[in-house]
Amino acid sequence: MGATRSTAGATGPTAGAALKDATAIAGIGQTPFAKRLPESEKTLACRAILAALDDAGIAPSEVDAFASYTMEETDEVEVAKAIGAGEVTFFSKVGYGGGGSCATVAHLAAAVATGQASVGVAWRSRKRGSGPRPWTNTRAQLPTPAQWTRPYGLLRPADEIGLLARRYMHEYGATRDHFFNVALACRNRANQNPAAIMYDRPLTREMYMTARWISEPLCLFDNCLETDGALACVVVSAERARDCRQRPVYVHSAAQGLPAQHHGMVNYWNDDPLTGPSWTAARRLWETADFGPQDVDVAQIYDAFTPLIPLSLEGYGFCARGEGAAFTEGGALEIGGRLPLNTGGGGLSEAYVHGFNLITEGVRQLRGTGTAQVPGATTCLVTAGEGVPTSALLLRS
Amino acid sequence: MTQTDTTADATTGATTDTTTGTPADPTADPTTAASGGGEGSDGLLAPVPDEDGSPFFAYAARGELRVQCCADCGEPRFPPRPCCPHCQSFDCLWKRMSGRGRIWSYVLPHPPLLPAYAEQAPYNVVLVELADAPRIRLVGNLVATADAALNSVPPERIRIGAPVKAAFHATDGRLTVVRWLLERP
Repeated sequence: MGATRSTAGATGPTAGAALKDATAIAGIGQTPFAKRLPESEKTLACRAILAALDDAGIAPSEVDAFASYTMEETDEVEVAKAIGAGEVTFFSKVGYGGGGSCATVAHLAAAVATGQASVGVAWRSRKRGSGPRPWTNTRAQLPTPAQWTRPYGLLRPADEIGLLARRYMHEYGATRDHFFNVALACRNRANQNPAAIMYDRPLTREMYMTARWISEPLCLFDNCLETDGALACVVVSAERARDCRQRPVYVHSAAQGLPAQHHGMVNYWNDDPLTGPSWTAARRLWETADFGPQDVDVAQIYDAFTPLIPLSLEGYGFCARGEGAAFTEGGALEIGGRLPLNTGGGGLSEAYVHGFNLITEGVRQLRGTGTAQVPGATTCLVTAGEGVPTSALLLRS
Repeated sequence: MTQTDTTADATTGATTDTTTGTPADPTADPTTAASGGGEGSDGLLAPVPDEDGSPFFAYAARGELRVQCCADCGEPRFPPRPCCPHCQSFDCLWKRMSGRGRIWSYVLPHPPLLPAYAEQAPYNVVLVELADAPRIRLVGNLVATADAALNSVPPERIRIGAPVKAAFHATDGRLTVVRWLLERP
């Protein structure tokens, strides 16, 4: 296990095999989640990062690598200074909002595995709950390719995904009940997670079916939360991780995905808009892995909107094209089901922090410390935003 | 970038444009079409065309729906961009489309929205696949007449696959957007 696997991968000397289990997530940290938090994004980022380092038992002065999102407004120069990092030899930012979450860890893993750094920190701090709604910034987006969509009233990500969802329902017979299955699984897990925004707020089918519309066919409960909060994780070599405080969670495989002729969010000019970035990331992800979709014990799949789950289930190979909606039936996404999903509550019901909580929840599951623990879980898929250039991780204990 | 009117398009079957001696090439000065970004009298956002996209709006102002195509291999592409992803040619032309298409998908946005859109909500946004250029899909609105409100077609009349035809709406007297009418109203 661990570093020894990196030189003797079962799949042979493919390029990605050098990364296989060579690094591990040794620490995770987070702030409370709330609709509104009084502290600044910078303060929240520092709290989450220091909590993650403490979790790992690593001194801040040992941090020499940083990775975050391009949409992260907390600058690594400021963070390094604030937490007392040492000399930093690697820093990276990943674009496309929620598509960047897993890639932050992937970039650190690559840096550590190739000797460019030894202790990396990835983080996301976001005050979306108390901040301005992004679509109020529409005028600033007009000179971009959004010129082809925004003037017509396709103003919000929910409208953009709604168009895909409607088409998906039309082509494959997906129904609102399928989307409800996704919302319910996430909410049920959040009801078990005291840190989740929706900890004490159960969801019923009636609530879902009578909820106000946001963008038909998507209702309120098809949309993620708006949350303030920050999270972080610490990436070190597999060897180092074995001497840290927590049980190591190995980065088994990692991939990014930007399909040919892709157009972010509104992938409508692709030959096949329903085959999104997850398909591209998945091919690379499985290529260097020792196991396949059937061996995944628990999945943390990016859920800014419920329809992204069936689309991702197809993209990452858990079922065939067009079968993602049916996959959600019969409690498949619940604990004890075929593929327990978003066990902390996900973006729909725990917190929406551009998907970083899916990474930390994956780590908890493989440590055996999830609030809705999948018994004996040893493998976990974590994905970033589908619909935009994306990324994904396979984690193993 | 070369932008010329096409005289025929055998590959896509697009409407032949026999226009000759085009009065003042509408694409020669992108600023004539790039004056969007403001709001029309209805308060809706006007597009802000970039250099590649402004011919689209210049043609729309003449009541023509045209799509950027490679001048060498003929492949249509959208959104407009500097070179052909198939053959890497930088030469393009703008082929006139028949203006016919089918609804590929649609949504009905509800508030919270920007104020001018909230006033008309729920309205529709349709994605129209062009009859002349499969896989070229334009985001737009299905309306009762070219200048009608975004909510002027009852939602129950909207369905995927419905045939539609292009109409042209001047947003603020300077810039024209393409809208869509049901073929069988």
